[in-house]
Amino acid sequence: MDIANIIHSGWEALLEYLSAHVLTCLVPAFFIAGAIAVFVSQASVMKYFGAKANKLLAYSVASVSGTILAVCSCTILPLFAGIHKRGAGLGPGIAFLYSGPAINILAIVYSARLLGFDLGLARAVGAVIFSVIIGLIMAFIWRKEELKRVNNPGELILPQEEEKTKPQGITLFYFSILVGILIFGAAKKWAITAVLLMVLGLILYRWFRKDELKYWMEQTWDLFKKIFPILIAGVFVAGIIRALLPQQVVETWLGGNGLRATFIASVFGALMYFSTLTEVPIIRALMDLGMGKGPALTLLLAGPALSLPNMIVIARIMGIKKTGVYVCLVVVMATITGMIFGNLIL
Amino acid sequence: MKIEVLGPGCANCRKLEQDVNAALAELGIEAEVVKITDLNKISSYGILMTPGLVINSKIYSSGKIPVVTTLKRWIEEEARKQTL
Repeated sequence: MDIANIIHSGWEALLEYLSAHVLTCLVPAFFIAGAIAVFVSQASVMKYFGAKANKLLAYSVASVSGTILAVCSCTILPLFAGIHKRGAGLGPGIAFLYSGPAINILAIVYSARLLGFDLGLARAVGAVIFSVIIGLIMAFIWRKEELKRVNNPGELILPQEEEKTKPQGITLFYFSILVGILIFGAAKKWAITAVLLMVLGLILYRWFRKDELKYWMEQTWDLFKKIFPILIAGVFVAGIIRALLPQQVVETWLGGNGLRATFIASVFGALMYFSTLTEVPIIRALMDLGMGKGPALTLLLAGPALSLPNMIVIARIMGIKKTGVYVCLVVVMATITGMIFGNLIL
Repeated sequence: MKIEVLGPGCANCRKLEQDVNAALAELGIEAEVVKITDLNKISSYGILMTPGLVINSKIYSSGKIPVVTTLKRWIEEEARKQTL
């Protein structure tokens, strides 16, 4: 295969990607992510990460708060360091570190759209359950150290809650309309989408201030600028992989839902660096070349949470031993989950 | 005056550092601007969200980029304290 063909393949993937059906689902998702950044009080979430927070609550909040707190790893790592060192402790810290990149709204929507609804859902549910289990195991292994830490916690400065500008019901209603637009837009039910858009317009007109709307647009545009170029690069790379990697190789090593294929996917995912959301088109390419759904889920679970560069940073925060255990837990658990998904659920 | 900008080096933290320098230039105040990128050190300040801004050991903001006018007000406040 010559260079021209390879580039052509990347280009085709790009064109396909830019075609309307992928955009209709990603554009609303960007608006939702922007709205979350502006209208959801992050302080209200943060208080569950304090040193005196209820443990059960801390775990639950940590495992799902990635949806509203995390879009890129530069938010996740400092938060993880803070929760681990001064806040709720190692367990909730790990739960957050793990689930953060996997369950943000853009990642879930994009996975469901490109890889199938079942994989998208399995990714979200898997990541949440998984993060709590890994967090609990880590906290159990280092329980003595944790006890010492709890008796001597540092001070954690929690951000102040901003004053509320509108009734909570309205904010909730606004978010459900946004999600509705996303879902019905993706399902191509244009009539319903149009009605929802009109309702949205009414809400915005009635309850939102001009500066809030401006801030929302700014945040959405900012996210778009940050993530879209990376995505384009990821799609291009995925197209090249599709052209370069012989189908036979993928089928041999990653085909089917067997233990070996799943385990290979897990280790590969743990080492490989995927920047925000690029794991999705790359996994799509591998699936087109014959990778099974079980290994695909495994890759989704092990991939974004871990990479060689991020292992190094984590090791600097919590030490090599804990990092080693964490990596092994992720690899083993991702393999098990992939096996269950590939063999029992499908 | 010592101004510390906390952040692992993402776009927002660089923006904050630039804004701080811009605010200082506009005010004509001299200050030592330090960038803290080590995550262990950042968490030792007790903040959760980056970028964080610390002026003379006092935490002024975390998790957002304050607008330049706000930055100027804070810096002036600290400068006044020093001259007292």
